[in-house]
Amino acid sequence: MPPVDDTPAEKPRRRPSRAPRTPMPERDASERARDFAEVSLGYSEEQAVAEANRCLQCKNPTCIEGCPVNIDIKSFIARIIDGEYAAGVAVLKQRNALPAACGRVCPQEEQCEASCVLARTKEPVAIGRLERWLGDFDLACDLEHRCVPEVGEPSGASVAVVGSGPSGLACAGELRRRGHAVTVFESLHAPGGVLTYGIPEFRLPKSIVQAEIEMLRVMGVEVVTDVVVGATYTLDELLAEEGFDAVFIGSGAGLPLFLGIPGENLNGVYSANEFLTRVNLMKAYEFPAYDTPVWRGRKVAVVGGGNVAMDAARTAKRLGAEEVFLVYRRSEEEMPARREEVHHAQQEGIEFKMLCSPLEILGHDGFVTGMLATRMELGEADASGRRAPMCVVGSEFVIDCDTVIVALGTKANPLIAKTAPDLALTRRGYIAANDHGATNKPGVFAGGDIVTGSATVILAMGAGKKAASAIDRWLAERRG
Amino acid sequence: MFPIIRQRQLSESVFEMDVEAPAVARKAKAGQFFMLRVDEHGERIPLTFSDWSPSDGWIRFIFMRVGKTTHQLSHLVVGDSLTDVVGPLGVPTHVEGVGRVAVVGGGVGAAVAYPVARAMAEAGSDVTVILGARNRELLILEDEFRALPLKELVVVTDDGSAGRRALVTEPLKELCEASALDHSMAIGPAIMMKFCAATAREFGVPITVSLNPIMVDGTGMCGACRVSVAGETKFGCVDGPDFDGHAVDFEELMSRQRVYSDLEREADADFSRECSCHR
Ligand SMILES: Cc1cc2nc3c(=O)[nH]c(=O)nc-3n(C[C@H](O)[C@H](O)[C@H](O)COP(=O)(O)OP(=O)(O)OC[C@H]3O[C@@H](n4cnc5c(N)ncnc54)[C@H](O)[C@@H]3O)c2cc1C
Ligand SMILES: Cc1cc2nc3c(=O)[nH]c(=O)nc-3n(C[C@H](O)[C@H](O)[C@H](O)COP(=O)(O)OP(=O)(O)OC[C@H]3O[C@@H](n4cnc5c(N)ncnc54)[C@H](O)[C@@H]3O)c2cc1C
Ligand code: SF4
Ligand code: SF4
Ligand code: FES
Repeated sequence: MPPVDDTPAEKPRRRPSRAPRTPMPERDASERARDFAEVSLGYSEEQAVAEANRCLQCKNPTCIEGCPVNIDIKSFIARIIDGEYAAGVAVLKQRNALPAACGRVCPQEEQCEASCVLARTKEPVAIGRLERWLGDFDLACDLEHRCVPEVGEPSGASVAVVGSGPSGLACAGELRRRGHAVTVFESLHAPGGVLTYGIPEFRLPKSIVQAEIEMLRVMGVEVVTDVVVGATYTLDELLAEEGFDAVFIGSGAGLPLFLGIPGENLNGVYSANEFLTRVNLMKAYEFPAYDTPVWRGRKVAVVGGGNVAMDAARTAKRLGAEEVFLVYRRSEEEMPARREEVHHAQQEGIEFKMLCSPLEILGHDGFVTGMLATRMELGEADASGRRAPMCVVGSEFVIDCDTVIVALGTKANPLIAKTAPDLALTRRGYIAANDHGATNKPGVFAGGDIVTGSATVILAMGAGKKAASAIDRWLAERRG
Repeated sequence: MFPIIRQRQLSESVFEMDVEAPAVARKAKAGQFFMLRVDEHGERIPLTFSDWSPSDGWIRFIFMRVGKTTHQLSHLVVGDSLTDVVGPLGVPTHVEGVGRVAVVGGGVGAAVAYPVARAMAEAGSDVTVILGARNRELLILEDEFRALPLKELVVVTDDGSAGRRALVTEPLKELCEASALDHSMAIGPAIMMKFCAATAREFGVPITVSLNPIMVDGTGMCGACRVSVAGETKFGCVDGPDFDGHAVDFEELMSRQRVYSDLEREADADFSRECSCHR
C-alpha cells in the first residue's frame, strides 16, 4: 500500500462546486423488485468527481468526528478531486477494511454525513457513496494492484478471532497490521457474518463482501469456516491447547426473538434470520439449482420496522409475493429503519400497515392462513422520549396472508457463554466488556453486537479495532 | 474438505459413511449431531453419528436416503469429500445414572440409539435395547448391539421377518408393566416416539426423545428448529435434540417436518433425472 501523505500539498485555491448533491443512479422499482441484482448502481467516475468537488475541504472537517472509525474523509475526497484514486483507497483502508461494504450499508445520514458542514443545507457531501465508489474502484483492479494495508513485522504472538462478521474482520485486520498471527473461526460455511447471511444481495452483493474478505486473506489473516467456538473448541481450549495468546469474540447477536403469540410455530412463520439466511447464505432464490428451499408466500406479512424488516419485506417481494405488508406497532416516523430503505421499500410496493400489532397467527392444517391484529395508538412519551403504543380496544381485524416473517430483533446467543462459565455477562446475557473490549477473563476480548446488542456494521468494526489495540497492549505487557 | 474414508450400504435405503474430521471427532459425545453439506450448492442437513474415534479422527454417519441431499450422500464413494462438517452440536444425551433403562431405536434411529446405549451401559446402567424396523432388510446394527454389554436386546419387525412380529411399543409396554424401568428413551420417526411416549406415560415411566426438526444453521441463529415442549418454544438444535417425551407437542413437530415436502420432491426428482447411476 502506498504511503499516505496526510498533509496535502499547498494547491491553488479551489472553488468548490455549488451543484446539488449528485443523485445515486438506481434501477427502476418495477424492474428491480423482480430480481436480486443490486438496486443502487453506484456513481460513474464523472459523478464521483462531481460529487467530490462539492466538498469544501474544511479547515475543521467535522465529518470525521461523525464516522465511528474516524476515516479521514476530507483527505480521501481530496484524492478523488485530484484523480489519485488509488491513494484515496489507501486513506480509506487505513481506517476501514471494508469500504465497499460500508459505503453501501452505513447509516451515513446519521453518522459522517450528519456531521458534514453542508448538512445544514440539507445537502451534505455524499460521503458514503464516494466511499463506495473508491471501494469498488479498488475491487475492480487486478489483485496485485489493489490496496493491501501493510503488515507489521511478525510479533510471534497469535490471536484467535471468533466470528467473521464486521467486528471480527476489523479486529483481525488491525492485528495483522501490528504483526500478530490471526486465525478467524467462523461457525457457518461462509465468512462475513450479517454481511453474508443477513443483508440481501440487492443491497450488498455477496461477491463484494467476499472480495473484501479476500484482501484480509492476502494480508495473511487465516479464515477457518465450520468451527463453532463453544462446540468445536471452548475458549479455554483455544488459549491452553490450540496455542493462541488471546481471543477476540465477535460472535454477533444471533438469537432471533419471536412474538410469543399463538400460532407462531405454524408452517409459513419465519424469523427474519431464517428467511434471510435461506435466501442469502443458502441462495434459496435459485432453488432448485441450490438445494435449500424457501416457502414463497403469495401474501406475506412482515412484523417489525427496522432494517431487518425492510430487508425481509423486499426479499419476499422479489421471491414473487403478490402482496407484502409491513406490520409495525408505532407510526412511520418512529421506524428505526434507514429512510433510504423505507423509501426503496415503498417504491417497490411494500404496503405499510402502521400502528398495528399482531395478536395471533391463524392457520389451517398446520399452515398460516392469516394474522389477527389490533390497531394501536401512541400514548404519552415515556422517560426515553418514545411514545408507547397501546391497543385500541375492539379494533381487531384479520390480515389475509400465507406467510409471516418476524423481524423483532435478536438477543445474545448463549453458545459460547455456556461453555465458559467464568466469562462475565450482562444482565441481558451479552458479554460484559469494558470500553477497550476487555472482558473479565484474562486474554479474552469482545466487541460488536455480542457486547452492545444489535447495532451497525461500522460500530461493530469500531469495537473490533478498539479491541485490537487493547489486545496489542495486552500482548506487549505479557511479553514484558 | 472432509474426506470419506469408508462407505458401506446397510440396506436398500440406509448407508454408512466414515468421514475424516479430527478436530470435531475429539469432542463428540453420544446424542449430539453435526451439520453437513455435500457441495457448494448443497443444503445444510443435520445427522447424528453412530460411532467415532477421537484418536483416529473419524466420525461415522448412518443415514437413510429420503431426499436429494441424502440421495447425493449415498452416491459418494471413498476418496470423495464433504464440503462441510460442523459440530458437535446440541446437548449430549444424559447417560449417567439412568438405572434400569429401555432404549428404543426405530428404523435409522438405531444409529443414534447405538452410541447412547453403549454410553449408558459403560456408565453402569442396566440397558435393554428394543430394535425395530419395518422388515429384516431395514434392520440395521443388530450385530453391533449384540456385542454391547446389554441386559437384553429385543428385535422386532412389523412383518415378523426378523425377531418378534410387533411394534416397538409392545416390548416397551411389557417392560413398563413388569415395573422393570426407571427410565426410557426413544429415537426414531416422530410418530414412533409419540407412541412410545404414550406407552411410557401410562405407567409413569419418564421418557427422553431425540427430536429431528428441520434445521438450517444448527447453532441457535435461525429458529427453524423450534419445537413446543410443555407449552414453551424451544430450539431443537441448542436446547435439544433430547427433550422430555411427555412434554413434546409431536403433532406440531410432524406438521413442521412436512413444510417443504413438495419442494423437496421436486429437487430430488430433478437430481434423480440427472444422475445416470440412479440406484
Ligand atoms: C438483516 C440485517 C440488516 C442489517 N442492515 C444493516 C445496515 O444496513 N447497516 C448497518 O450498519 N447495519 C445493519 N445491520 C446490523 C449489522 O449487520 C450488525 O450490527 C453487524 O453485522 C454486527 O457485526 P458483528 O461482527 O458484531 O456480528 P455479526 O455480523 O453477527 O457476525 C458474527 C459472526 O460470528 C459467527 N459466530 C457466532 N457464534 C459463533 C461461534 N460460537 N463460533 C464461531 N463463529 C460464531 C456468526 O456466524 C457470524 O458470522 C443489519 C442486520 C441485519 C440482521
Ligand atoms: C438432530 C438430528 C439428527 C438426525 N440424525 C439423522 C441420522 O443420524 N440419520 C438419518 O438418516 N437422518 C437423521 N436426521 C434426519 C436428516 O437430517 C434428514 O433425513 C435429512 O435432512 C433429509 O435431507 P434430504 O435432503 O435427503 O431430504 P429432503 O426430504 O429433501 O429434506 C430436505 C430438507 O428437509 C429437512 N428434513 C427432512 N426430513 C427431515 C427430518 N426427518 N429431520 C430433520 N430435517 C429433515 C432437511 O434438513 C432439509 O432442510 C436427523 C435430523 C436431526 C434434526
Ligand atoms: S465508514 Fe460509514 S460512517 Fe465512516 S465515513 Fe464511511 S460511510 Fe461514513
Ligand atoms: S465536513 Fe463536509 S464539506 Fe467539510 S470536509 Fe467534511 S465532507 Fe467536506
Ligand atoms: S437450526 Fe437454526 S436455530 Fe436451530
